[in-house]
Amino acid sequence: MITCSEAVKRLWDYLEGEVGSKDRGAIEEHLGVCRRCCGELEFAQELRRFLSHHSSEDLPESVRARLVYFLEDLT
Amino acid sequence: MGGVGIVFHNGSRTPERRARGLESIGSVTDRKERFRQLATQQLPGLYAIARRMVDDDAEDAVQDALMKAYRSFDQLEDEDAAPAWLASILVNCCRDLGRRRARPPDEVSIETDEGFSLYRRLAHEDPWPYSDSLHLDFLQRFTRGDVREVLAEMPEIYRVPLVLVHMDGFSTKEVARIVDAPLGTVLARLHRGRKLFEKMLWDYAVRNGLLRGDG
Repeated sequence: MITCSEAVKRLWDYLEGEVGSKDRGAIEEHLGVCRRCCGELEFAQELRRFLSHHSSEDLPESVRARLVYFLEDLT
Repeated sequence: MGGVGIVFHNGSRTPERRARGLESIGSVTDRKERFRQLATQQLPGLYAIARRMVDDDAEDAVQDALMKAYRSFDQLEDEDAAPAWLASILVNCCRDLGRRRARPPDEVSIETDEGFSLYRRLAHEDPWPYSDSLHLDFLQRFTRGDVREVLAEMPEIYRVPLVLVHMDGFSTKEVARIVDAPLGTVLARLHRGRKLFEKMLWDYAVRNGLLRGDG
């Protein structure tokens, strides 16, 4: 069975579906018996949501207006 | 470099897609109008990427990218690929802008610690012993401005894949094309970038007193 260190290194890739079936099986086998790594997995999911939640950067109306004008002015 | 000079398409072009594509656009006026429509739809996303790459120079970077994209609009074979195509041009414009304005090179001096675990560091330090949701409490301390500052401190080679995948919703394959790097390189940078982001969140929290007070 893989170690905690090996499992933790692959958790994000696991969440993204970027591990092969063999690695996926090894990670899931480890998660089945390791409570701490299950916590790591839940926290990785929270971090993904955290990044997504902070993704929006408001486009100020004045900037938007200038960029639209710039687009209309392209020749 | 990615963007201008690379033909963008999704690889599965149906007759319907081709019919919607640029082949059907005849006049310069039609072409300009189609570009304007596509670009206008992408403005919020483009501005968000530019803000995270060049901060206050975002508007200049987006204008530069729009100009370059317009001039090479014929290279866009499939309009479904427009978001990634525009993003690739913008990423290069942001890099150029950073170089022209002599920003400090941020690819060096910060080493990633792939063994770092924010989850374990929080459990070990336990800043709010009475909290039932220590890890969530930690994340909730960060405002959007805090997150922007943390990201701004990250080396560009790690920040760009992290932002494009986890904040702008591009796939890793799209990011590989946007930054013009092999997929394996992008995956490795993404992996190191996530660990570095965890470490930098912790360091930022310590430095800015976010660990004080009740959980």
